[in-house]
Amino acid sequence: MILVERVTKRFGDYVALDDVSLSVPDGSLTALLGPSGSGKSTLLRIIGGLESPDVGSVTIHGEDQTSVAPQRRGIGFVFQHYAAFKHMTVRDNVAFGLAVRKRPKAEIASRVDELLEIVGLAGYQTRYPSQLSGGQRQRMALARALAVEPRVLLLDEPFGALDAKVRADLREWLRKLHDEVHVTTLLVTHDQEEAMSIADQIAVMDHSRIEQVGTPRELYDRPETPFVMRFLGPVTQLGDALVRPHDIALSVEPRAGSFEAQVARVVHLGFEVRTELVLGDGQELAVQLTRGEADELELAVGDIVHVRSTVLPRALATRAPEADALSA
Amino acid sequence: MTVDRRWQISLRVLALGYLALLLLVPVALIFYRTFEHGVGAVWDSITTPAAIHAFQLTLEVTAIAVPLNTLFGIVMAVALARGEWRGKGLVNAVIDLPFAISPVVIGLSLILVYGTRGWLGGALADAGVQVIFSVPGIVLATIFVSLPFVVREVTPVLKEVGDEQEQAAATLGAGGWTTFRRITLPSIRWGVAYGVVLSVARCIGEFGAVSVVSGKIAGQTETLTLLVEKRFGNFDLAGAYAASALLALIALATLLAMTAIPGRSPDDLRPSGTVSRRRFATRDVRRSIAAPSHRVRRPASTIRRHTTRAHRETDPPRREEGDT
Repeated sequence: MILVERVTKRFGDYVALDDVSLSVPDGSLTALLGPSGSGKSTLLRIIGGLESPDVGSVTIHGEDQTSVAPQRRGIGFVFQHYAAFKHMTVRDNVAFGLAVRKRPKAEIASRVDELLEIVGLAGYQTRYPSQLSGGQRQRMALARALAVEPRVLLLDEPFGALDAKVRADLREWLRKLHDEVHVTTLLVTHDQEEAMSIADQIAVMDHSRIEQVGTPRELYDRPETPFVMRFLGPVTQLGDALVRPHDIALSVEPRAGSFEAQVARVVHLGFEVRTELVLGDGQELAVQLTRGEADELELAVGDIVHVRSTVLPRALATRAPEADALSA
Repeated sequence: MTVDRRWQISLRVLALGYLALLLLVPVALIFYRTFEHGVGAVWDSITTPAAIHAFQLTLEVTAIAVPLNTLFGIVMAVALARGEWRGKGLVNAVIDLPFAISPVVIGLSLILVYGTRGWLGGALADAGVQVIFSVPGIVLATIFVSLPFVVREVTPVLKEVGDEQEQAAATLGAGGWTTFRRITLPSIRWGVAYGVVLSVARCIGEFGAVSVVSGKIAGQTETLTLLVEKRFGNFDLAGAYAASALLALIALATLLAMTAIPGRSPDDLRPSGTVSRRRFATRDVRRSIAAPSHRVRRPASTIRRHTTRAHRETDPPRREEGDT
């Protein structure tokens, strides 16, 4: 387990991490999710020993690692831009950590071949990184990090430099790999879809703080702050509350707690129908319906309907952006 | 023929003519004059005891100055590119002094410090070490004028390569020296080589500073460039041309060595992050993901043995507050 306790880190006047605590359970795949500049990479680098915190402590498997050099933390680190050793072959790249540990040559060779098999690069042993695609380089970097049997695997935007298709493929691949290898993994990403699709646990960060920690489902269904709600999925405003567009029901007749609205636009996207409405006070509202629901209502532009939230109204007052900035 | 085309041709003629008049013709003439009276005369002229000694001395001085400057250059480049320390800007500027100051002034300043009446010279003379008008002075002057080359070649390469590879090496367990030897040095090797070649050329060709501190004692403190100047001054034109041709040949050899350095191609300097063969990416990823699962599973189980501590708890990813 990785335990981060009350870590603060400043770069000059800029506070990169402000009293951050986090625990990453053994064997889990946890994502640090947040916009750029939220401090997530700094937190990862502090856990990896590449930066040191001004205040606070980092514990890995019960051992205090706060002032331990990265060499002795038993971590594997994967960088956004691969950090491939360009002058070494794929084999030497993966073997590096074992060679530094002066393991017997035969053991290194068999371990390297085994790892290259796992990451799907068998047969690429004698290639140089410049002869690999971005996705292949990143898988090589993963094999290199795994070679030293790290206690924890730290991934800093590992798919950030890849194009969309490769990114989606590698994401699935990483989840499968994690199910096989089970090493405690912490992954930094700014892509909520990436975090939702592969992580067991997500820590959402904003403005140098952790906003909320939970499973993808918990964060999506029970966000504790407007920021988390907005960051994890589409939102629309109904009255004073933030609601997900699929949590709004439409009816022809008024119901308890419903608002009157006029249909401004109807977009058919196959199974999903996206509807834009205008409330009585001029506020715009987006609603996601299934095709069946839309057909039943026979929605047409100009119709007057009644809208209400289908989830329990949450004590989630909408904060103005200025208030967000001040609180951070 | 379009106007553009005409412009292109006249620009080329202009550029080539400029090069020819200033560089190619004079150097070619040296070779022409040298071999005008046959190879025998040239051979005699460059095998006199004074010429052989000058040649040897030039090589000796270069052999001392270049390794020292290379060592200093690499250390300084790492400090400038990687370190954050007070006075860095000042040191960075001072390194360029030899470029900015005339070599004659450098020679004079060395006399001020190491001459018999100089700041350090008296003490050194008492200890029996003569610097000025002696080989140590020539070495010092040569080191001084060729100091910036390696630093200036290596620093930008270090910055371009970045420190991610070094950080990766650290996370893999490599200490500072191992990282430097196995990661940093190989990634700057062509920058170092280029700096060394430039330093060699400068050391062999240095005249001004060496001229001031050497005393020009034939057979003792006379380098090849000084020999050329002396022969020219003594109206021994054939001898001057012969020695010049020798210098020019060494310079040409250094230049050839430089073009042989592969690291000057943009391909080698490109950071590893840029994807040059993206079109292969999707296909290869698919292949690996679609790899039959039995191929994946067998080796993975081996890993699992090594990481037992880390995966006991696989199912509930989140614990209640009370647990922790």
